[in-house]
Amino acid sequence: MSSNGTPLIQARNLVKRFDDFVAVDSIDFDLQRGEAFGFLGPNGAGKTSTMRMIGCVSPVTEGSLTVLGLDPARDGSKIRARLGVVPQQDTLDMELTVRENIVIYGRYFGLSRKDLGPRADELLDFVELTDRANDKVEPLSGGMKRRLTIARSLVNDPEVLLLDEPTTGLDPQARHVVWDRLYRLKRQGVTLLLTTHYMDEAEQLCDRLVVMDRGKIVAEGSPRDLIERYSTREVVELRFDDGSRPDDLTYWTDGLVDRVEMLPDRVLLYTPDGDAATHGLHERGLVPESVLVRRSTLEDVFLHLTGRSLIE
Amino acid sequence: MTSVVLVLRPLEFFLTQYKRVWRGSAVTTVITPIVYLLALGVGLGVFVDRSADLAAGVSYLEFVAPGLMAATAMQIASFESSWPVLSAIKWDRQYHAMLATPLRVRDVMLGHQAYFAFRLFLTATIYLIIITAFGAIESPLGVLAVPVTVLVGLSFSAPIAAWAAHAQNEVSFVAIFRFVILPMFLFSGTFFPISSLPTPLEVLAWFTPLWHGVTLCRDLTLGTVSWGDLGHLAYLVGFVTVGLLLARMTYRKRLWV
Repeated sequence: MSSNGTPLIQARNLVKRFDDFVAVDSIDFDLQRGEAFGFLGPNGAGKTSTMRMIGCVSPVTEGSLTVLGLDPARDGSKIRARLGVVPQQDTLDMELTVRENIVIYGRYFGLSRKDLGPRADELLDFVELTDRANDKVEPLSGGMKRRLTIARSLVNDPEVLLLDEPTTGLDPQARHVVWDRLYRLKRQGVTLLLTTHYMDEAEQLCDRLVVMDRGKIVAEGSPRDLIERYSTREVVELRFDDGSRPDDLTYWTDGLVDRVEMLPDRVLLYTPDGDAATHGLHERGLVPESVLVRRSTLEDVFLHLTGRSLIE
Repeated sequence: MTSVVLVLRPLEFFLTQYKRVWRGSAVTTVITPIVYLLALGVGLGVFVDRSADLAAGVSYLEFVAPGLMAATAMQIASFESSWPVLSAIKWDRQYHAMLATPLRVRDVMLGHQAYFAFRLFLTATIYLIIITAFGAIESPLGVLAVPVTVLVGLSFSAPIAAWAAHAQNEVSFVAIFRFVILPMFLFSGTFFPISSLPTPLEVLAWFTPLWHGVTLCRDLTLGTVSWGDLGHLAYLVGFVTVGLLLARMTYRKRLWV
């Protein structure tokens, strides 16, 4: 698990353009062995385009990208042999069984059928799909399909696992099952690279992440670093009845909180101590419909950096 | 790693998929030629043989059987390379699964064509056995009609797959079947010699791969081969080659973005 100094993946001034549209706008990042690294950003931030270039299924427009010490333009096939990929959109074959999906995928890597038998059993056990092994994929739930895609991506014992929005579209319970499996992989020392627009996912899984917005990296650090750097410890969320919200809260908040964010549906007050701030507001006579004190999250970091919410 | 090995891997996927439906497909493959040969070769043939003079001693059954073999290959190849190719890109996305592995775009394209070749070989072999059972083979050279039929099929599956990889939706496929495949089926010498067509249509028929395929198959099963048949063979090989080059281009444009 120790990093040997040479990054597994390295990007410098990496650019992806589709005709006139700049999807990835000159980004730099390094991924070390054993690390769980995330790209956090809203839809359209350039996360998937970045992932596809790293996965060697999309050509680099400009800049340099090294994956496992190799050049994707020249050694795409060799690199892909050592990567595991969980794409945003499932690419499972609906007509084949759960088990066949893993075996045939292993065949694409040139693994023998003899080795793939026990390997498929082991992977199905890991994602708890053993009892569905001989069922067709089509009727499986979204969460089960995701787990099967994860199992399939591990068939070649990859050095890096690329996960593009691994839990988008899943219900909360299914998401937690997926997170649990990914957490186990992380503990086993598998290097994870994931994209997400869920701050809780990034906080749960990533040792380090970059925040992406409109093709650019706007911040980098561990979830805790980022929160410390770009937000306060606590946040007070105020909601008002229709029409009762003041246009300007300065009179009430001045000197009481560090920063105020006015969102369409609520007001966020950034402060090290939420309870003290709430108390102060009451003393000054502000009466919102509801008050909620919570810890700062990456959502607040994102809001501060870009002025927009992650999920609109 | 040689390319051939990489082409065999997608082929294996399509064969695995075929294994699930082969029974239904096999019934169609056997029944279709029997029905066609009975209706056209035997049924219609009775009237044709009474009135027409095709060539010395050649019955209508012997005339139409190799034509049907080539024309059936065209239909199967055209169908298999249209919807399934677009689906592997757009709906079921199997190509994308393959491309996340060591396989390259050209391996995926050639692997799918290899699967078409396999299906065509199966169909052609069954066709030949049935034609033989109907007693419509005049020469042992008829065995060579099997690889030629595969070639006829590929001369459709390669360019149509090239088109399917370019198409945004399936609308154009219906037009291809209605305005290209069906007229070719009827007017490329399968059922009657193209010399009976008005001259402009006859000239048009010369350019269709099906006419070259039908003529070649017929010369092989009737044992009437000549040097001219090498020209037909070259035309088919050329057509397949151009089709594959086009497919390589459109696949790359669609899948390597």
